[in-house]
Amino acid sequence: MKRLIRGNNRLVYLDSGATSQKPISVLNAEREFYTQHNAAAHRGAHQLAEEATEIFEAARGKVAAFIGAKVDEVVFTKSATESINLVAYSFGNADLGTKFHIKAGDRIVVSEMEHHANLIPWQELAKRTGAELVWLSVTDDGRLDLSNAERIINAKTKVVALTHQSNVLGTINPINEIAKHVRNVGALFVLDACQSVPHYAVDVNKLDVDFIAFSGHKMLGPTGVGVLWGKQELLDEMPPFLTGGSMIETVTMESATYLPAPKRFEAGVPNMAQAVGLGAAVDYLNRIGMEKIHQHEVELTKACIERLSQIPQLKIVGPTDMELRGGVVSFTLDGIHPHDLGQALDQYGIAVRTGHHCAWPLMKKYRVVATTRASLYLYNDLADVEALVTGVERARDYFLGR
Amino acid sequence: MELDSLYQEVILEHYKRPQNKGLLPNQTVQVHHVNTSCGDEITLNLKMINGTIAEISWDGVGCSISQASTSVVSELLKGKDSAAALSIIESFQAMLQSKGSDLGDESVLEDGVAFAGVAKFPARVKCALLGWMATKDAISQSLALTSNVKKEQR
Repeated sequence: MKRLIRGNNRLVYLDSGATSQKPISVLNAEREFYTQHNAAAHRGAHQLAEEATEIFEAARGKVAAFIGAKVDEVVFTKSATESINLVAYSFGNADLGTKFHIKAGDRIVVSEMEHHANLIPWQELAKRTGAELVWLSVTDDGRLDLSNAERIINAKTKVVALTHQSNVLGTINPINEIAKHVRNVGALFVLDACQSVPHYAVDVNKLDVDFIAFSGHKMLGPTGVGVLWGKQELLDEMPPFLTGGSMIETVTMESATYLPAPKRFEAGVPNMAQAVGLGAAVDYLNRIGMEKIHQHEVELTKACIERLSQIPQLKIVGPTDMELRGGVVSFTLDGIHPHDLGQALDQYGIAVRTGHHCAWPLMKKYRVVATTRASLYLYNDLADVEALVTGVERARDYFLGR
Repeated sequence: MELDSLYQEVILEHYKRPQNKGLLPNQTVQVHHVNTSCGDEITLNLKMINGTIAEISWDGVGCSISQASTSVVSELLKGKDSAAALSIIESFQAMLQSKGSDLGDESVLEDGVAFAGVAKFPARVKCALLGWMATKDAISQSLALTSNVKKEQR
């Protein structure tokens, strides 16, 4: 974080919504795993294999405690994207008559503010099964439109897949309010928690959902590890997605039976070092405290919205009040394409995301091609916010002043 | 500063006053290209008369680099035959993919050399190529059309 960018500029990293920077303790945990305990977990009769298993499972325990889950409800995947695909494919593989089976005439509900990772797996599942894909709209001020929720989440609905917090708008969705509709019709509720778990305390006992997916690399952990949490009784009944070693109970040449969760969903030698790194990231976050991190981000986001709003040509895309809102601020600047703005900011050492943010339908909804997005995290401060505001003003003068 | 090496005056001029923007009717071929990484889109109409480019008109949304670059190509290739046009597009592409070692031949690329600086910004190379690749695609499609017509006439 201290390195200089594009000459002599201090790095102002405002792209944690895409991926976070990593503390040394996370890198050390991975390094120590590889240098001291590297072996294939859950196999082998030697000491290293024993240690690898123990450390890997300890990481699972840390992640489980972090979200208030039982240890066996935490499945390690390679990414949140894989977590969601796991659920979608597992449902697609389910036998007729089970509660996961999806067929023509059933309904899958998503929303217009989904990241592609929580949209395309459901589009594909709908295509494979003949089910209908329906979505909740967003309002002009960047909230989910729940006025017709009862009509959208109807008796035919088998799955509702929503994001906890929009990666573009910063909106936090009222999950438990929506859950009432989901429970009324007996559907399964899948939550994309990529933008929430890293930033504030998420307790699966307080959220009335069935599955949550999140990624390690957005919460100070390494890339290559994601998490799927699911209710034990559901996970244990679901058919597998990826199959192979580690996930079987017994195997003959003709067929196999499968272990219960989480192992049922972790075929192959697992991503041990990455999971261990994520465990260290959880330790780091816990040491600081999620409540403190959240308060810090609320303060920065508030300042960021206030200061950016003072630039006359700038328009914030998403809620401008702090009610149910996270530290992601998207905006457009009249007369300057986000790519050009992002390029100029980069030249001043400020890293932001520009583009459609893997949410193409949302861009179309707000009739913008793309936005510029600043996303905040625990290591940002008010000086970063000021640098952004000054950078945007400089860029504006550069492009519009000539 | 570095930013000026990317945003040459010529580029910003074309961005503010794009040439041939607005689709003209009676095209030989219409193509639609999208930059999947950022969502920039252009639609381009190519009108060929006797193997020569009579008109390139286009419309679209995008950053200054993609808009200016499409403006440049639409002006530059007018009146060229397809072989000459494809060879110019190839030189432009080579310049952009050279990471800055090929500064482009002004006698061939004219205003196109202003984009030499883009080669140093890998994320922007696709922006600069959007209109050029659309034009290349349109020329190839029009060539395929004429060869099909010839086959039918035989």
